[in-house]
Amino acid sequence: MKILVCVKQVPNTNEVKINPKTGTLIREGVESILNPDDDNALEAALQLKDANPGSEVVVISMGPPQATEVLVECLAKGADDAVLLSSRAFGGADTWATSNTIAGAIKKIGDYDLIFAGRQAIDGDTAQVGPQIAEKLDLPQVTYVEDMRYEDGKMIVKRQLEDGYEMIEVPTPCLLTAVKELNTPRYMTVGGIYDAYQHEITVWSEKDIPVSPDQIGINSSPTKVFRSFTPDPKGKGMMIEGAPKETAARLVEELEKKHYL
Amino acid sequence: MFEKKHEMLRKLAKEFAENELEPIADDAEKAGAYPDELWKKAAACGFGGITIPREYGGAGGDYKSLAIVVEEFCKKDAAASSLLMSNSLSGAPYLYYGTEEQKQKYLKPMVLGQAIGSFALTEPGAGSDSGATQTTCLWDEEQGCYILNGRKCFITMGPICDYAVVFAKSDLQAKGTRGISAFIVEAGWEGFSRGKTEEKMGMHASVTSDLVFNNVKVPKENLLGEEGQGFKIAMGILDAGRVTVASQGLGIAAGCLDLAIEYSKERVQFGRPICKLQDVAFKLADMATEVQATRMLVYDVANRLDHHEKVTLQAAMAKYKAGEVCNQVAYKALQIHGGYGYMQDYAIERMTRAARLVSIYEGTSEIQKLVISGNLLK
Repeated sequence: MKILVCVKQVPNTNEVKINPKTGTLIREGVESILNPDDDNALEAALQLKDANPGSEVVVISMGPPQATEVLVECLAKGADDAVLLSSRAFGGADTWATSNTIAGAIKKIGDYDLIFAGRQAIDGDTAQVGPQIAEKLDLPQVTYVEDMRYEDGKMIVKRQLEDGYEMIEVPTPCLLTAVKELNTPRYMTVGGIYDAYQHEITVWSEKDIPVSPDQIGINSSPTKVFRSFTPDPKGKGMMIEGAPKETAARLVEELEKKHYL
Repeated sequence: MFEKKHEMLRKLAKEFAENELEPIADDAEKAGAYPDELWKKAAACGFGGITIPREYGGAGGDYKSLAIVVEEFCKKDAAASSLLMSNSLSGAPYLYYGTEEQKQKYLKPMVLGQAIGSFALTEPGAGSDSGATQTTCLWDEEQGCYILNGRKCFITMGPICDYAVVFAKSDLQAKGTRGISAFIVEAGWEGFSRGKTEEKMGMHASVTSDLVFNNVKVPKENLLGEEGQGFKIAMGILDAGRVTVASQGLGIAAGCLDLAIEYSKERVQFGRPICKLQDVAFKLADMATEVQATRMLVYDVANRLDHHEKVTLQAAMAKYKAGEVCNQVAYKALQIHGGYGYMQDYAIERMTRAARLVSIYEGTSEIQKLVISGNLLK
């Protein structure tokens, strides 16, 4: 099997601060990490590789040159090859332009059986890039994958829902997006780290992949940010303690006071 | 001195220490053992063979890498460096003096987490004075093997080791340390037994006991190196071993500093966090400076080892400094914790007890000063 995994380098925080003037994320002073859901996506690919000897796992990321760090991490965990899509022309892309770029790279790689992506990145929280890549490659997709197995050219997938799950059978090639319940990501290994730094990471710019200039980067991104702001903090909550009957009565009283009831 | 791979390795070791060691450190201290699962996890990450070549299951890395992992582990759990012993005392004798067969049979399983080794040098009457070794391992022409008799004490991993490198006199005529040889002795052999697990002041998860040998038959092929080479082997291994212990002292000191900083920011007295008190802040400044000075010494020795330099003097200095500094820093860190620091609920209590060992084992601070001054005055 040839398995592709889309990963992203993100700032290590769930509370990214936004520069109110430019509307962009403030990344200074924040450590960069492999996006957590992408780590689950990689783990799923590596487990399939372990179960199907001879398989190959290739990780793909789009980002500035320093994003090679997360690709090295993926190699140190067991990925076989890594591709970084990096160019000024890709900069400032929204999810539409990003998925055009990554889909272009995947077309160039070709000959794959499966594509994994994380559900969403912790810096943007859109959960759009994975599904868009599938659309642009005309592939079936299943999002929110919390369990999966490979059988005779098909994936049997358990898809997480808010109040249950769906079991879906999907032919390969297809794209799956991983949630954290899917698995526990493995650690890098000491030897893997040494080998990863010996491994040459392929870097592609817009010239290397089949995409037209009007599909990539900030100028081709339909998303326009007019204003970003941090919402004012909410007031303090109120704790009602005591026996159930008393607290219920007290709750009704408080809600009536505020005219919610 | 550090390359990118070292920084990535530090990230791995830090993650492992935070996720796997810190949460169980107190339980392991109370239980006096690490769960089997932890040994397996550490081996799966390749920690058992950081400095061991690939052909024996290791990663073929350098001493800086080993020092980094020991430092990060010991920041969270001082006893956890015992998980790494196959890189130093337990494994190095095979690596440097073993035959190919001995390496495959004994070193590789240790690196892969399938077996535990130990290093048996100290005796009740022969601590730093190896010349006083009483254990004997004499060739018996009739039986066609060596016969091992004696007792070793304070053996780290003694209660659970699968085999040990045992230093014993093979030539009773030779004077002092000259008649000492090294032997590989399996725990399953007749006549091999262990003393009770020692109840130590600290580092309970790193288990210790005597090893007792009563007419143990040791085959010829289990002689390590050559006859009479034992003392040289032990001293060579101890030089590199001291770097590991120095890294352990560094890790404990750095971990205590972290605990003190965290606590001093949280603990409010007289209406403000105690870190705002100049005495506490200056204590932290002193501690951090000493930790950094120790770090420089430790990584300097590791770097020299990586360049195949003789490090007897520098390793003694690093081990001496790290042993003393981790005790000083632990003392101050516990003082900053006040009464809470004396309670077992706080990690600083465990770390302080652990620190006490670092200035004692693998050569006391005083023995290190003997080595250092001996080098100055020769």
